[in-house]
Amino acid sequence: MESKRASFEGALEALGVTVSSTSESELEAAVTEAVTEPAVGVALDETVGDGTFSLVETPITVDPTPAALREATTGVTGAELGVGDYGSLVLSMTEQASELVSLFVERHVAILYEEDIQPDMDAAVAELDERFTETNGSAIIATGPSATADMGALVKGAHGPKEVHVIIVEEED
Amino acid sequence: MATADEIRELMRTEGAAIAENTQGFNTGRYDSVGDLEDYEDLKRAARGIKEDAIEELPELLDQLTETVEANGGTVYIADDAADANEYIRDVADERAADRVVKSKSMTSEEIEVNEALEADGVDVVETDLGEWVLQIADEAPSHIVAPAIHKSRESIAELFNEQFDPDEPLETAAELTHFAREKLGEQIIDAEVGITGANFIAADTGTMALVTSEGNARKTVAATDTHVAVAGVEKVIPTVEDLHPFIELIGRSGTGQDITSYVSLLTPPVDTPVVDFTDDETPLSEFDSDRDFHLVLIDNGRLEMRDDEQLRETLYCIRCSACSNSCANFQSVGGHAFGGETYSGGIATGWEAGIEGLDVAEKFNDLCTGCTRCVNACPVGIDIPWINTVVRDRINRDKEAPGEWLVDGLTPDEEDDGAPLQKRFFGNFETVAKLGSATAPVSNWLADTTLARQTMSRVLGIDPRRDLPAFERETLVDWAGDRDSQVTNPERRAVLYPDLYTNHVQVERGKAAVRVLESLGVDVVVPPAPSSGRAPLSQGMVATATDHAERVTKALEPHIADGRDVVVIEPSDHAMFTREYERLLDESSFTDIAANSYEVFEYVFGLLDNGASVDSLSTVTGAEIAYHSHCQQRTLGLEAHTVAVLEECGYDVVTSDVECCGMAGSFGYKSDYYELSMDVGDRLRTQLEDDGVQDRPVVASGTSCLEQIDALLERQPRHPIELLAT
Repeated sequence: MESKRASFEGALEALGVTVSSTSESELEAAVTEAVTEPAVGVALDETVGDGTFSLVETPITVDPTPAALREATTGVTGAELGVGDYGSLVLSMTEQASELVSLFVERHVAILYEEDIQPDMDAAVAELDERFTETNGSAIIATGPSATADMGALVKGAHGPKEVHVIIVEEED
Repeated sequence: MATADEIRELMRTEGAAIAENTQGFNTGRYDSVGDLEDYEDLKRAARGIKEDAIEELPELLDQLTETVEANGGTVYIADDAADANEYIRDVADERAADRVVKSKSMTSEEIEVNEALEADGVDVVETDLGEWVLQIADEAPSHIVAPAIHKSRESIAELFNEQFDPDEPLETAAELTHFAREKLGEQIIDAEVGITGANFIAADTGTMALVTSEGNARKTVAATDTHVAVAGVEKVIPTVEDLHPFIELIGRSGTGQDITSYVSLLTPPVDTPVVDFTDDETPLSEFDSDRDFHLVLIDNGRLEMRDDEQLRETLYCIRCSACSNSCANFQSVGGHAFGGETYSGGIATGWEAGIEGLDVAEKFNDLCTGCTRCVNACPVGIDIPWINTVVRDRINRDKEAPGEWLVDGLTPDEEDDGAPLQKRFFGNFETVAKLGSATAPVSNWLADTTLARQTMSRVLGIDPRRDLPAFERETLVDWAGDRDSQVTNPERRAVLYPDLYTNHVQVERGKAAVRVLESLGVDVVVPPAPSSGRAPLSQGMVATATDHAERVTKALEPHIADGRDVVVIEPSDHAMFTREYERLLDESSFTDIAANSYEVFEYVFGLLDNGASVDSLSTVTGAEIAYHSHCQQRTLGLEAHTVAVLEECGYDVVTSDVECCGMAGSFGYKSDYYELSMDVGDRLRTQLEDDGVQDRPVVASGTSCLEQIDALLERQPRHPIELLAT
């Protein structure tokens, strides 16, 4: 567990992705700290497992209007999986528009439960294979911020977010 | 064919940007795959999946159609570009689309869907930033992955400022990117239809993988309610799990990124709600996700390629561009010279020959020198130079017979008709060399006269700026024939293969090789043997090369049966024996010669490793030397042996790491390519003139490399074996 997490965090750092960690009970505070307002988000119980955290007590507008989404600086969503050796996040595409919230913003804050960190891409794809076979689902393997080198130098924030922050939710003792 | 003038113009206008970008990608590739512990396993797995998928393609297409339809999408298999465009136009028409946004896709370039839609009055907007630049500039992509690689930041800024006249002129990459993001962002949310490609499509679930770094594919799909995915039929793989090796390999192979920012795994229609981006009352989740999905799979010649034994491997291509980035010539001229209607780089020959036809492939086929640097770079192990050779052969045979009388006697080849004069001259260089040696030194003097040079230039297209090889009167075979073996009680017995150059031109390196082997206790014979067939193979004369291969086998077989190892000095000939002969000979003949052949330093390394003493060779203490290995030798993983042996003999070795010297056999002699050859060579020259290298004597393994380095530097290079002879 420790090594998966260490390798995940190391990979995120190399990508320029910032990380903070917290427990479920401290999550509201951690999310509040991580966002730059105006912020929009998707309630966690819709995106990750059986999480009960709803973002209600934060300055985040949950389930915003499209206009509010376009005004927002930060988008908060859950991440289904983390990929240890690449620092990738597996983002789901839900009816709650988590895809729009994670993409149409400058800063994406992803909440990831520590137990959902997979050691490597092989394990992550095997997990997705299983899920897709059951549900015909879709997912984005997102690694670092959006970027392009098409304009003569590497620039972050081409179409998608230029900043990504990951909040790792540790299991409570 | 790209003319000398076109090549010169492209080097002038696009060369600098192309060189910087491709070399950056290529270096990144080496670094990134170097971090993978199981790189070769992943490559094997990736190739295996593509091999099986193409084998089972009809069944997979049926399965995929069923799955996508069960998911609520539509599948259309289009015979050709017109068929595909008609279908896509109907989709746009039914949706009453005013605007279509596109995520970069080579397959849609192939069918020219933009033009088809624009003819109906639909506004088509490319959302990949590089592709958008080209759309504005009205230019074609020059690279499979980075379409605007040939454009500098300055030229993009100029284009944007002229086109859009912004309040403040745009200058930096960040300003340009931000401007494009804003502009395109508005157009994307305003569009009705989104067109994407698909890098892979899994037949079991209908999940498609889209690889991008900008996020434009995600926006293209999410912000529109009608998604059209356009892909060649060869993109189908059996399962989602099969995506694994490709996800690990595609970014690394292409741009040297461990993984691109976004790998979208979409099983359309996706659940993301379709929203009205101007709505400021309705929460996102209250919009429904009523989406249409159309998968347009395009044949356009691919199913015929599947039945073509030689072109079939092209269908394994995952469009990563590693072959382009690792290609020394591509690094100089880019895709606008090195490409056809759509695809560029090494693998373009296969694609263009299969999709467009031989006439399109012919325009750039000669830019492949057959150096094989792309072979190990390809993540699915496609033998790209072989595809180029086969297509060259087909092009030759497609031609009217040239003036036979000019080369009568010089062309005892197996080509029934067609191969152009210049190709037949170089392809039959063995005959030239035999005559040259037999009549040397008169032949050398004669060949160097102004009249002869002018004639060679005019008739054969041989560039007058090139020094010609000087033939030796006494060949290596003659020299060895008059000489008794110096070894009693030999440790091993070998036959030194007298390749064309060693036998007629570089005789000294042949003598040195014999002496070195004898010093290490090897009994050596140098029997007459035909040339390997490398020369005709380079010209696409496959039948002639096959004839050479068969005769070489006949000449060497008795020696091998007699327990002798075959030692080869010229790396390109060693590569023939251990690589290309597999294509030319029956399996047992190939195995016999390949298993018993050794590159000379590989052999020396083995002898030293098995107990022979380095003291019997000429050794030094810390003498500095610069070594340039040969392309095909590096492909075979044999560079390290030379370095190790030189170090064991006491040398301090610096090696070059440019992809190629730019000469590659006959390539650099041809007037059309002389300047390109020198431009590629300039990268090697720069390394050899670096601080700490500029005073080092230079050694090089290949004949072509030696000739090129001789032209590039004041210092005359030698073959490294000559350092070892006592």
